[in-house]
Amino acid sequence: MKKVAIVGYAQHPILENAGALNEVELIMPVVHQLFDELGISQNNIDFTCSGSCDYLQGAAFAFVEGLSAIQTNPPIKESHVEMDAAWAMYESMLKIQMGDADTALIYGFGKSSPGRLDSIISLQMDPYYISPLWPDRVSLAAIQARVLLEKNIIAPEQMISAVIEARTNSKNNKNALVTELVDKEAYLASEKISSPLNEFDCPPISDGSSAMIIASEEKANEFTDHPIIIEGIDHRIESSNIGSRDLSKPSGILASIEQLKLEKIKFDVAELHTQFSHEVPYLQSVLNLSDVPTNLSGGPLVGNVMMCAGLDAIGKTYEALKSNDLTNGLAHASSGPCLQHNMLVHLEKKS
Amino acid sequence: MSEEEKKDYAESPINLEYHYTAGSATTRFLNQVKEGKIVGQSCPKCSAVYVPPRGSCPRCGVATNIEVPLTDKGCIESFTIVHIPIPGNPIVPPYVCAMIRLDGANISFLHLIQGIDVEEIRIGMRIQAVWKPKDEWTHSLENIKWFTPIDEPDVDVATLRFQES
Repeated sequence: MKKVAIVGYAQHPILENAGALNEVELIMPVVHQLFDELGISQNNIDFTCSGSCDYLQGAAFAFVEGLSAIQTNPPIKESHVEMDAAWAMYESMLKIQMGDADTALIYGFGKSSPGRLDSIISLQMDPYYISPLWPDRVSLAAIQARVLLEKNIIAPEQMISAVIEARTNSKNNKNALVTELVDKEAYLASEKISSPLNEFDCPPISDGSSAMIIASEEKANEFTDHPIIIEGIDHRIESSNIGSRDLSKPSGILASIEQLKLEKIKFDVAELHTQFSHEVPYLQSVLNLSDVPTNLSGGPLVGNVMMCAGLDAIGKTYEALKSNDLTNGLAHASSGPCLQHNMLVHLEKKS
Repeated sequence: MSEEEKKDYAESPINLEYHYTAGSATTRFLNQVKEGKIVGQSCPKCSAVYVPPRGSCPRCGVATNIEVPLTDKGCIESFTIVHIPIPGNPIVPPYVCAMIRLDGANISFLHLIQGIDVEEIRIGMRIQAVWKPKDEWTHSLENIKWFTPIDEPDVDVATLRFQES
């Protein structure tokens, strides 16, 4: 199978409220930044794929408007996923592996500030039995947190550590939204939003965009001497019926670990799409990452652009491998309630 | 429905509220419209002029950062005669919705044509904006009530097609 490498990644500064900037105005800077860094243009891109959610903008086919940020003359080959842009990367990778493209541009964008994210996210649930109850994203996450705490799979102290570490690590990411440090006292004094989660356990409402360029290994060698190869990628989906899931059993992730033979790999760094504090120790334990520096970028707890945060986990892993003497990185992207979708991405830097 | 009657469905209306933002480029445009001025924006790469501007040139994928003041005159690029009344719409059919191509612009926008029998309207016809009274101006192209024909020779719309520079 043809190997695919990441050759560039750019992230817009994460904003609490992008205000007058519309989606197109958020996308253009990151795409241009990537092109400038690599010395290429849209003419060098064989396939373009974006990830976004029309419900965030509140307009049907809003993703088509996003294309106005991209040079589309001469006409381009293009696609879109109504998911996090991590899945746009997956689609682009398949496109390259099938031999239909050698280079691909991926971008994701999302503004959570214009609407009420709690309501919007509840519409991703089963439309017959669950969505009409309008379960908000924090309460859904809290159900899983409660299960994990009660089964002693994680401990409250680990959630506190996850919050404190995320804030501390935010200094490593110039685009982070939340940079204010927090101590245990402040954490414990904070009111619960949906028990056991308080505001520090939850990601901030964020606006932003990200872009990535991937290429076949052959093509990637034209850009760099040390291509960062996507050695493995696997996506599993748990049931959409949340009542039929055991929220303490990550069967999808375990299947991915086996499929990608991850137990044999010594990871140097990991970035997880952990939107809530309890997900950090949970996934660290499931993925056996106790000795692996995890979410050095701060992760979604310090900036969580919907439809980008998964791509950002891959991008931040790529950046860590690129700028350090590291070899193996693990990135995780998720979607749906209570880690319903999970995608694991194994990146390896070639020496 | 009586209480005994079996209800085999449930209604679950969905209402989502949004604070829609026009974008910084369209905001600049609308601020000018509030003052009764139409200012298009031009692409720094292909020079196409967009009115109303949406912030980017979708041909080139770059920000339209050059302001281009335009007049309120132009021509009818295309049109349709509306015969069907729309509930709540105060305009009585038949009336004409037209794609208005302002002089110097490379795209058109939709607006009304009035002041002429609908049967006489034709593609290429020269038109000019009829503005609402100044004290009614807001951040909207509705500051223009409609466009009305002016006594100038028709334009061959084929000549308006965008030319690659």
